[in-house]
Amino acid sequence: MVSALANILETNESGVLAKWLELLLTSANAGGGRIKEAELKAQCREFLTALRQALAADMGGDTDIQSDTFERVRDLLSDVSRSRAIQGFSPSETATFVFSLKQPIFELLRQFSQDALTLADESWRVTQVLDQLGLFTTEVYQKSREEVVARQQDEIAELSTPVVKLWDGILALPLIGTLDSARTQTVMETLLQSIVDQSAEIAIIDITGVPTVDTLVAQHLLKTIAAARLMGADCIVSGIRPQIAQTMVHLGVELNVVSKASLADALALALTRTGRAVVRVKTPIASTTSH
Amino acid sequence: MAVLKDDTLPIRTSEDVVRVRKEVRVQAIAAGFGIVDQTKIITAASELARNTLDYGGGGTARLELVQNGARKGLRLTFEDKGPGIPDLQLALTDGYTTGGGLGLGLSGAKRLSNEFDIHSVVGEGTRITIARWK
Ligand SMILES: Nc1ncnc2c1ncn2[C@@H]1O[C@H](COP(=O)(O)OP(=O)(O)O)[C@@H](O)[C@H]1O
Ligand SMILES: [Mg+2]
Repeated sequence: MVSALANILETNESGVLAKWLELLLTSANAGGGRIKEAELKAQCREFLTALRQALAADMGGDTDIQSDTFERVRDLLSDVSRSRAIQGFSPSETATFVFSLKQPIFELLRQFSQDALTLADESWRVTQVLDQLGLFTTEVYQKSREEVVARQQDEIAELSTPVVKLWDGILALPLIGTLDSARTQTVMETLLQSIVDQSAEIAIIDITGVPTVDTLVAQHLLKTIAAARLMGADCIVSGIRPQIAQTMVHLGVELNVVSKASLADALALALTRTGRAVVRVKTPIASTTSH
Repeated sequence: MAVLKDDTLPIRTSEDVVRVRKEVRVQAIAAGFGIVDQTKIITAASELARNTLDYGGGGTARLELVQNGARKGLRLTFEDKGPGIPDLQLALTDGYTTGGGLGLGLSGAKRLSNEFDIHSVVGEGTRITIARWK
């Protein structure tokens, strides 16, 4: 079946485009200026052309927008939908992009269809297509929103690490979060820089807040420990939970470094090693004033 | 053997690797794994997911929560259409790496799992399935 609509669209594309844009700009889809008119216009033009080409290539019958013919249409729509989701549009604002195209297309069909049967057929077909595309838009929107939320969570989980001076010559690096990202490198470099700046003798790397120690994390640790040594500082790794210690054994990873259960134990060891001792005074100072 | 849950996740970026780990943790808890078993399967998944990304050029992770009689388990399948592994025995040798890693990911993942199956065809891709039972 040759699409009558595709032909009609081809000769009236600019008219439909203008009507559609007008509808979009007066509806919520302008998004209170979140999208520039020029950008919206470009999106509409590209979409309309792709839709016409798909309709012309489509064999008719039960049009399936998941078919190869509609690939370009889907791609364009995905981009539109995704960018709207990221810009914070609502689902209905986003779906309006497709649904508002109905009116100008129906007007066009009414005006140019040669007979009632063509009008009915083509109206049915275009309704089917646009409804499917509307649903598709909503699906992509939903998925994109989920991705945005997931990314925000990842960013929270991403490594955030201060280098803390615990005592003269003793630094601590409490690692918190995942160590997959490129930022891991920066954090490790910051530690090395601090070792140099403060002529630290001992660096305590605390991994209590690292959920998984795989070979990539282990490699980061090994590199840091080796580099710290070159700069004259010894490392102590603290916070290796029992399940992590076991898993590291299975992986075959050895850090070859002193490790302590907690940061407090590591600090006690560091103080001893640098010739200091923490002792309890006979009469606790706090108790003389509060009791 | 019954499959209670079956999900497939994409592995295209290093955030996807983080997501695979998170999802494996959720499923491991659903399978009733204790903290040690959870940690083992999550770590194995992390190794294989990263290999899928780094060497396989990306692919998928399939997570199946399975039940065999009274036992629950987790079966994970990592699949890519990358270059494949020419010598499996070599790749599974401790310390062998072509990418400047520690070369302990594959062999480590095997040691951390109860079942380990690897299928790789040069020029076609790699599929690795591991399982861990409660
Ligand atoms: N999915 C894969 N596709 C192709 N090659 C792989 C794949 N997984 C692992 N390899 C090969 O096996 C080697 C060993 O992997 P692994 O033990 O994880 O160590 P590493 O990741 O540190 O190199 C890799 O260096 C790589 O050459
Ligand atoms: Mg690896």
